[in-house]
Amino acid sequence: MTEHKPVIVSHHQVGRPTLKAYVVGYALSILLTVGAYLAVTHHSFQKSAAVTVVVGLALTQFLVQLLFFLHLGTETKPRWKLLVFMFMIMIVAILVFGSLWIMSNLNYRMTPQQINTYMQNQAGL
Amino acid sequence: MSKLEAEDTDGKAIFGFWVYLMTDCVLFASLFAAYAVLHNNTFGGPSGSQLFSLPFVLTETLILLTSSFTCGLGVLSAYNGHKDKVVAWFSVTFLLGASFLAMELTEFSHLVHDGNSWTRSGFLSSFFTLVGTHGLHITVGLLWMVVLMLQVLRRGLGTSTVKRLTLFSLFWHFLDLVWIFIFTIVYLLGALKI
Repeated sequence: MTEHKPVIVSHHQVGRPTLKAYVVGYALSILLTVGAYLAVTHHSFQKSAAVTVVVGLALTQFLVQLLFFLHLGTETKPRWKLLVFMFMIMIVAILVFGSLWIMSNLNYRMTPQQINTYMQNQAGL
Repeated sequence: MSKLEAEDTDGKAIFGFWVYLMTDCVLFASLFAAYAVLHNNTFGGPSGSQLFSLPFVLTETLILLTSSFTCGLGVLSAYNGHKDKVVAWFSVTFLLGASFLAMELTEFSHLVHDGNSWTRSGFLSSFFTLVGTHGLHITVGLLWMVVLMLQVLRRGLGTSTVKRLTLFSLFWHFLDLVWIFIFTIVYLLGALKI
């Protein structure tokens, strides 16, 4: 009895990148980098607005480079790379926001007296 | 091994490398978290906005971005089988990467020389750890590039060399990706005194 092994076509194979993708990705990345730089150095925004703009531009550039340089969008089903990527994003979000949350909470709960005791102990070292 | 099976192994290798890159993201995320927690703990020392020169860092950023682009062009040449172009583009990538590293080390040596080393404050400890880990990755990337170029020159562009070049390009693009966040969070938001 002969078994017909199903032909497995590689799904993880990076879709052959194109010159156009690299040029577009490079041009967009330069614009976004210089834009973020100018948003900070030109003082035309208020501080809170400047933070939003800069973080927004960074996230946009993150997406641009994922798509045009790391070719995340060219993957065919099943999208294992995308799955691992999403899992990474989840872990990173828990790690970063969890750390900030816990540490700011500890900071908030530290009484002035505790801070003084701590600093005196440290000064003795 | 048939061509199709070979391609599948390549796909697995690329996928495996991708998983490694994602775990490396988690490593950087923990360093970013440490920096975010500690960046105001200057212990009476200088803060980021007093230490960093934005035009200098912008130059660094554009150099690394350009090296990421030339690396991509190198991989395209590899797919098209142009050995000379591959060597040329990766040499450009290497020079840009080396200048980036040189600028980063210049910044570090200025900081240490002015008494603002990693022992100065919690802020500077986390700064040197985060940016230094990225610099270490760049150093490894530069060494990897040298090895790959020797392989290309000696063995030509076989399937295994092209696969390795692809893996390297993923690594190099990934380092540029991490740098976007270092540039934004450490330098730009540092200048805004967040």
